[in-house]
Amino acid sequence: MAPAEPILQVRDLVKHFPLTQGILFKRQIGAIKAVDGVSFDLHRGETLGVVGESGCGKSTLAKVMMALERPTSGSVMVNGKDITKAKGAELKRMRRNIQMVMQDPYTSLNPRMTVGDIIGEPFEIHSEVVPKGDRRKRVQELLDVVGLNPDHINRYPHQFSGGQRQRIGIARGLALQPEIIICDEPVSALDVSIQAQVMNLLDRLQKEFNLAYIFIAHDLSVVRHISDRVAVMYLGKIVELGGDNQIYERPSHPYTQALLSAVPVPNPEGREARQRIILQGDPPSPANPPSGCRFRTRCWKAQDICAKEEPLLQIRPGTDHPSACHFAEALDVVHSQS
Amino acid sequence: MVEVLSEPAGRGSYSGALLEVEDLHVEFHTRQGVAKAVNGVTYSVNPGETLAVLGESGSGKSVTAQTIMGILDMPPGRIAGGQIRFRGVDILKLPEDQRRRIRGEGIAMVFQDALSALNPVFPVGWQIAEMFRIHRGSSRSDAKKKAVELMDRVRIPGARDRVNDFPHQFSGGMRQRIMIAMAIALDPEILIADEPTTALDVTVQAQIMGLLAELQRDSNMGLILITHDLGVVADVADKIAVMYGGRIVETAPVHDLYANPAHPYSKGLLESIPRVDLKGQELYAIKGMPPNLLDMPSGCAFHPRCPYRREDCATAVPPLYPISGSRGSACHYWREVVDGSR
Repeated sequence: MAPAEPILQVRDLVKHFPLTQGILFKRQIGAIKAVDGVSFDLHRGETLGVVGESGCGKSTLAKVMMALERPTSGSVMVNGKDITKAKGAELKRMRRNIQMVMQDPYTSLNPRMTVGDIIGEPFEIHSEVVPKGDRRKRVQELLDVVGLNPDHINRYPHQFSGGQRQRIGIARGLALQPEIIICDEPVSALDVSIQAQVMNLLDRLQKEFNLAYIFIAHDLSVVRHISDRVAVMYLGKIVELGGDNQIYERPSHPYTQALLSAVPVPNPEGREARQRIILQGDPPSPANPPSGCRFRTRCWKAQDICAKEEPLLQIRPGTDHPSACHFAEALDVVHSQS
Repeated sequence: MVEVLSEPAGRGSYSGALLEVEDLHVEFHTRQGVAKAVNGVTYSVNPGETLAVLGESGSGKSVTAQTIMGILDMPPGRIAGGQIRFRGVDILKLPEDQRRRIRGEGIAMVFQDALSALNPVFPVGWQIAEMFRIHRGSSRSDAKKKAVELMDRVRIPGARDRVNDFPHQFSGGMRQRIMIAMAIALDPEILIADEPTTALDVTVQAQIMGLLAELQRDSNMGLILITHDLGVVADVADKIAVMYGGRIVETAPVHDLYANPAHPYSKGLLESIPRVDLKGQELYAIKGMPPNLLDMPSGCAFHPRCPYRREDCATAVPPLYPISGSRGSACHYWREVVDGSR
């Protein structure tokens, strides 16, 4: 891949949700630190996978990038312009370029609108993209692109299966010809035999339109299949960032290692001999994260320094990609198991 | 069957399989017509054994489990045929008060979504203790003591302090532990776990699966694990029943199925798992979509999606052909599937 100018640059992004007390006189008593200093680049035609447990800030990150939430601080540069500071007509124009595919195709489509209206709605908002007379034709083209019958334009969402509905959601995301699509758990609500179909569709569309994807998911094998690079998040921070082989074959952060080792391997051979890293307990509350390294309360490598000093996301001795651990050390957890 | 029925249903008095489902048919009467959710399901579980029931939504795996538990909504549900034998006794014929005794003491169930399965307005300890108060007639204080013991057993930290907490005060993993505590309270012989970890993160999933395995080892329970996750199945199951369109399409010991599937559907599922060595290539995808229960395809329900189909697949329903030992495949052309020729 040519290291061209990144299409999306996220720098030190922070989103805190205030916790308040009192009804008339609200006092802020703290904050949920949903995203707490996240930086990364995304290039044209590339897929960045984002993995992490629920509550680690994946979806908040997506909302801030879509400018659906204003960040507490930090910037999201789309083609060199900061979307978090954009307003009015400029924001509207920038939003055209960054679209989203939602997780649940059952709740993200309006049941009272026809498929034609759902996919055509972006054209109503951005009326300059396609002239009014051509819109219906354009919607039919989009249906064809995502593998649905263009004649079904007047049907309602309930007349489609889950996989087909997700295709409708993808067609809506493509309508404005964006350069970036954020996929927030796009296949996790689908049946296993349908997941592969939707993954193949996303893959094909990426090649066809040179799309850049942010692929948020908790299924690590799905993320590996589609991603060029992977970011692992824990309690609002990226703890490890690297190419897919770097993350999956040489994970260096203990959390990544535990996460990979917890994924059940779909092969019963040798299962008795598998060594699992099983983390104890649940992630701490993002309202009151541990001092220093946020993972230290569940980490088996934790020492005094971990409580005092926050490890930065950087390349460390013995690793070839950035890792936010004082004791980062590459360890192949996937192959040592099978 | 008569001599078995006359026997008292005490523990250890029956030598056959602990739980046998035989040719079970369940249908739902809806305004759109009759949905045949379960069409002749047969499986059995022995003490200490783990049976994984694998299938997609609508395959009938949960309906079968609900029928075993006797918690199927009737109507619209209706048991159209078959037997469910627990220790040799057909529990579908038992009166409700006897079924109620089996529920909890003989067969217990863990549900997928612990937050909606627990009552939000009662403390969790009260809900666990209810098992002892109702089934064993324990006093409130005794029952609560036992609830704390159980919460300890499923490793809820600080059980004594948390016994009066409400479900919403627990995390997803802890709530699932409470569900498990309730299910194992009366030492059931069969535990049905319906997608017990689907709503959980992978690290918590590993904890819960480990806990279930440990409890099973300690008490020699038979476990029916209902799931759609091929990874979880490979990790814990002894044998597998793959369901599709309300039927079992393949049954096999776990190693055999993964090494050499004998039904096109199981084979397709295994091939559609993303694999490291095939990255960047197109994933194998099963064509089409799951069948509509109101309008099942004729013949083999899988034939519209099947790469092996021939003309007779659309007309003749394949029986579960025995392959070897406990293996069976409901495909007319299972030999070709096993040989791998397509």
